[in-house]
Amino acid sequence: MKIPKELKYAKTHEWIRVEKEMGTVGITDYAQEQLTDVVFVELPQIGKVVSKGEAVAVVESVKSVSDIYAPVSGEVLEVNKELENKPGLINEEPYGKGWIFKIKIKNPKELDFLLSAEEYEKSIKAEEK
Amino acid sequence: MPKKTPLFEIHKKLGAKIIEFGPWLMPVYYTSVIEEHNTVRNRVGLFDVSHMGEFTIKGKDALVFVQRLITNDTSHLDNNQALYTPICNDKGTIIDDLLVYKFSDERFMLVVNASNIEKDYKWIEEIARRFGKDIVLKDISDETSLLALQGPKSQEILQKVTNLDLSQIKYYWFQEGTVEGSQAIISRTGYTGEDGLEIYIKPEYAPKVWNRILEIGKEEGIKPIGLGARDTLRLECAMLLYGNDIDETKTPLETNIAWAVKFNQEDFIGKEALLKQKEEGVKQRLVGFELIERGIPRHNYPILKDGKRIGIVTSGSFSPTLKKGIGLGYVKADFTKEGTKIQIQIREEPVKARIVKTPFYKRKNA
Repeated sequence: MKIPKELKYAKTHEWIRVEKEMGTVGITDYAQEQLTDVVFVELPQIGKVVSKGEAVAVVESVKSVSDIYAPVSGEVLEVNKELENKPGLINEEPYGKGWIFKIKIKNPKELDFLLSAEEYEKSIKAEEK
Repeated sequence: MPKKTPLFEIHKKLGAKIIEFGPWLMPVYYTSVIEEHNTVRNRVGLFDVSHMGEFTIKGKDALVFVQRLITNDTSHLDNNQALYTPICNDKGTIIDDLLVYKFSDERFMLVVNASNIEKDYKWIEEIARRFGKDIVLKDISDETSLLALQGPKSQEILQKVTNLDLSQIKYYWFQEGTVEGSQAIISRTGYTGEDGLEIYIKPEYAPKVWNRILEIGKEEGIKPIGLGARDTLRLECAMLLYGNDIDETKTPLETNIAWAVKFNQEDFIGKEALLKQKEEGVKQRLVGFELIERGIPRHNYPILKDGKRIGIVTSGSFSPTLKKGIGLGYVKADFTKEGTKIQIQIREEPVKARIVKTPFYKRKNA
């Protein structure tokens, strides 16, 4: 299971890649493995303003419906339209082509509350017990 | 304590994701629902469905008793034939749907839903008391395991380990014989819409038979299949799931199993109520629908017509075969016509759908 070092993580299994004031968000390898076949993704409206922890997108597998939460507050700048036709990209490349949305980070201090790769790994191990 | 089938440890070793299904711990998938689904459609898959319940009904009055109990008609059944039927209460609503296996006029086996074992047993006992029939009812669920081998290659594989000539067992017939040297009942039945066989065997032999079938099926690409794919496979064929699509608030006449109510039977539990409903006409009816827009319908999502609520989804999923959202649900009787445009309300948003003929999927050469 991959947990790239350079990303930040939420306990709810989202990752965020920060470039200046913009963050790219997706779900982790662990999350996609738990979901298995992703068959539908509901993307947020561009321009939507969300608060940290708010449900932004929905990812559905054959059996389940899962909310995707904003790891930080901000404005949705871009969404991965390709997922509408190829939701399976989330399974194939959770940290690459399977990204879900980009967000303009409102308050960079919120990033400090997210987990490092190491801390995230610990949190999923605890969850599995 | 959760209940485990005799194959529980084997499922874990095979890497199954285990879920609670009522009191049972069952495999929901081993690798992925879609992969397992396609394996059954194209090749062959093996299911552990040992959580299902089995009762025997024996005695001089067994035939007459079963006739009373079920809405379908056993009078035309030969020995070694099986029959699908609902059983209803006096109001005509559905207590369970099950398979009846007829061994002789004095010996039957009922195969009931896992979640209904206790309820059914009590109900059948009550009916026996009510009519004072000479029958002996026995719950043999704990001494019976059930494996389902489903998919186009099923017969070819099972033939290698049984003394029975499987080509002689027609759809909804069964034989008693051996599998891997152990006593078994084999029927040509299933819940997938593919050709397939179901194997009833003593729990102590289940691991041996399970492992052997997976071994000899390797060349044909056999896979163990979890409850996840079982659900998508049955839904594509519009087969009903008790607790989702039917329960004690629905009558068979409101569903696609109205064919299993035979009013020509002299008498059966629920007949009077069902006759009355037939004369008055049903107010709601089960329909199949497919989504025209992107989205996946789920259990309990509202069904709308021009923004007004006309019904509710009882089963919904992404269909791996058709690659779109499909579902079953009840709508008011005025809206059941094929092609009717409806909407499914998914998270506040109405998503376009239309009523279609079921089954959604039918195998070739069936």
